[in-house]
Amino acid sequence: MKLQVERDVLAEAVAWAARALPSRPPVPVLAGVLLEADAQGTVTLSSFDYEVSARVEVPARVDEPGRALVSGRLLADISRSLPARPVELVTEGTKVTLSCGASRFNLLTMPVEEYPSLPAMPSGSGTLPGDTFTEAVAQVTIAASRDETLPILTGVRMEIEGNRLTLMATDRYRLAMRELEWQPDAPETSAIALVRARTLSEVARSMGATGSITMALGQGGADLIGFEAGGRHATSLLVDGEYPKVRALFPAESPIHAVVERAPLMEAVKRVALVAERNTPVRLRFEDGVLALEAGQGEDAQASESLDATLTGESISIAFNPQFLLDGLGALSTTYARLSFTQATRPAVLTGQREAEGDDDESYRYLLMPVRLAT
Amino acid sequence: MSRRRVPRPVQPAGEVPDDTGCTVLHVDMDAFFASVELLRHPHLRGRPVIVGGGRRGVVLSATYEARRAGVHAAMPMGRARRLCPQAVVLPPHHEDYARVSAGVMAVFRSTTERVEPLSLDEAFLDVAAARRRLGGPTAIARLLRDRIADEQGITCSVGVAATKFVAKLASAAAKPDGLLVVPRARTVEFLHELPVAALWGVGERTEETLLRLGLRTVADIAHTPVETLRRALGEATGRSLHELSWGRDPRPVHAEREERSVGAEQTFARDVDDPRLVHREILRLAERTAGRMRAAGLAGRTVVLKVRFADFTTLTRSRTLPEPTDVTRVVHATAHGLYEALGLQRARIRLVGVRVEGLVPASAQHRQLVLGERPQGWREADEAVDRVSARFGRGAVRPASLLPPPGAEGGDPWAAAAPR
Repeated sequence: MKLQVERDVLAEAVAWAARALPSRPPVPVLAGVLLEADAQGTVTLSSFDYEVSARVEVPARVDEPGRALVSGRLLADISRSLPARPVELVTEGTKVTLSCGASRFNLLTMPVEEYPSLPAMPSGSGTLPGDTFTEAVAQVTIAASRDETLPILTGVRMEIEGNRLTLMATDRYRLAMRELEWQPDAPETSAIALVRARTLSEVARSMGATGSITMALGQGGADLIGFEAGGRHATSLLVDGEYPKVRALFPAESPIHAVVERAPLMEAVKRVALVAERNTPVRLRFEDGVLALEAGQGEDAQASESLDATLTGESISIAFNPQFLLDGLGALSTTYARLSFTQATRPAVLTGQREAEGDDDESYRYLLMPVRLAT
Repeated sequence: MSRRRVPRPVQPAGEVPDDTGCTVLHVDMDAFFASVELLRHPHLRGRPVIVGGGRRGVVLSATYEARRAGVHAAMPMGRARRLCPQAVVLPPHHEDYARVSAGVMAVFRSTTERVEPLSLDEAFLDVAAARRRLGGPTAIARLLRDRIADEQGITCSVGVAATKFVAKLASAAAKPDGLLVVPRARTVEFLHELPVAALWGVGERTEETLLRLGLRTVADIAHTPVETLRRALGEATGRSLHELSWGRDPRPVHAEREERSVGAEQTFARDVDDPRLVHREILRLAERTAGRMRAAGLAGRTVVLKVRFADFTTLTRSRTLPEPTDVTRVVHATAHGLYEALGLQRARIRLVGVRVEGLVPASAQHRQLVLGERPQGWREADEAVDRVSARFGRGAVRPASLLPPPGAEGGDPWAAAAPR
């Protein structure tokens, strides 16, 4: 193998491929990034940890096609630090020599034939706009559980019905649900998938900048999901297990709702929460025209603040974990936030609203369970 | 401190030790269970007597005559019998021990308010406030020994020192039926002669580490840079051992011992390799633990599972919950999960234990509600069970899997859970 590639192109490609490198590889070859150069002038970099695979194709001047497997971590560190000059990669026996300007590195290769073949992209795909997808993934992954003892809840549930794609995640305390449109190749597509939230956010973050993302979900009992955008491919095994029936958790109707300017509310929650010790809530009291926030209690520090709010329905006092509330408010992008309630021990729904008067946007809903105050 | 005898330092005859500032007393009954048994069987005095037995024979207590043959508490009964074939073995009478213990504690409490009981038969006393009334610490220690011998008919040993930890070492050195004062000025000298294992917090593992470093005596530790100790033993242990080695122990005598954890454990009558039996036992222990927590108005965040195998190796695994709980089902599910995570393949298990740590008052807890949670959930079910138990006795309502199987023998591990 002998090829020449631009430094930035190489660094970006290696950074992408290095994403799927396992931190503790179950077999040594999985610590490697596979380089494949073909006569058409394309270099493919791949990595795989049996769960997630990443692959990227970049243009290069290929003098001699070939394959080599080198330490991904090392290649990523090196390519990041190189000067802005063309990079040459040449295999010599059991080594790969990387030269760039006056720098030279010799990297030991690992046996290519021991490297597992990457899973093929599943069939049954469609496309969706990169920016919308990135936003949607960020909006739901905040609610995914980080508790590895409940693997199902560390995933994002994806439901596809025709051109409607729904993303959901919950950690049992809150539930985020986003609906968006996508363009399936077959109009009658119907599929469900549970994808690890961490994988999904990495994919969305690094592919979102490209205009359009292709998403591929196997039909029926497939256990793989694939993404492709701008020469980058990623596949991930799906999380196994039955996702709880969470749609039914949204209240059928909410007799009370309040509309508050979102940014000032977030600022106020952050301020009063400064005195809220671990596991203690912020208390919200909605009365006609005013939202009063309080945190802290007893002999310790206390804080309070009030804001304008439009209230429909009876006044209500309710308490939330401040971080959970901020996560939900932060996931919205509208000027106003609508908080809908049934009662103080039942979940509240957060939605975005553009105008103070008007309807809320139900394409994103954040369901938040309150904190019951000690008696 | 029973693991190793502390050598008794020679106290020069006739010299009255200077007990100024030595206001901490550690009082420890001598061979407590065995001594109480001798009250019922006075003709056995002077003979080796072992208390223990039952199906799972371990020595609970032994008289000094038996100890001379090498018998000690927690030793399997079979081994004890081989070491001391002439010993008389008596079954335990726990009600008697509780009664005598209550009498002993009453003597302590009439001496000073600052009594910190460690178990049925030992306690720390801070006698600083009793000096004006009763005399110096040494005089008070003599008084205690006399009163306990008169009123309860058993002997005890007392250590007098400036700190709890030295007082405890002193009582161990004074055993049996003795009194040892470690004057402030001689604390370091007293400590430095002791083996490292005498220090509070040095178990077998730490001792091994210390011996590997060539540290045999407390003096060795004292003269090792604290940095070295911290590197070898960890931040907390390293520092605390160094402090202890110079006799520094800031812990005061706590009149009320704070509950740090609530838990229960069960030694199986026979080693068990059937996972179903272990599961059932974990459920029973979780029930008991959570019930005790609710009775005490406590909730805790960390659930600890302890498993001891037939060869006495012991594992503990813990998991900290997002928020404190006192719900049986949560404690059980967590403990069960910890057990499953061990991935044991028919290992022979001797003991399991369930414990909850990180306790806080349950009433002061705000509770983050869970989506889909029923308004009347497991917590309410627990409360109902507690009310039934309060009225009809423990075990009146319990999980069906904890019912004794028909025709169960007394030897079944969960039969002990049946209400008496």
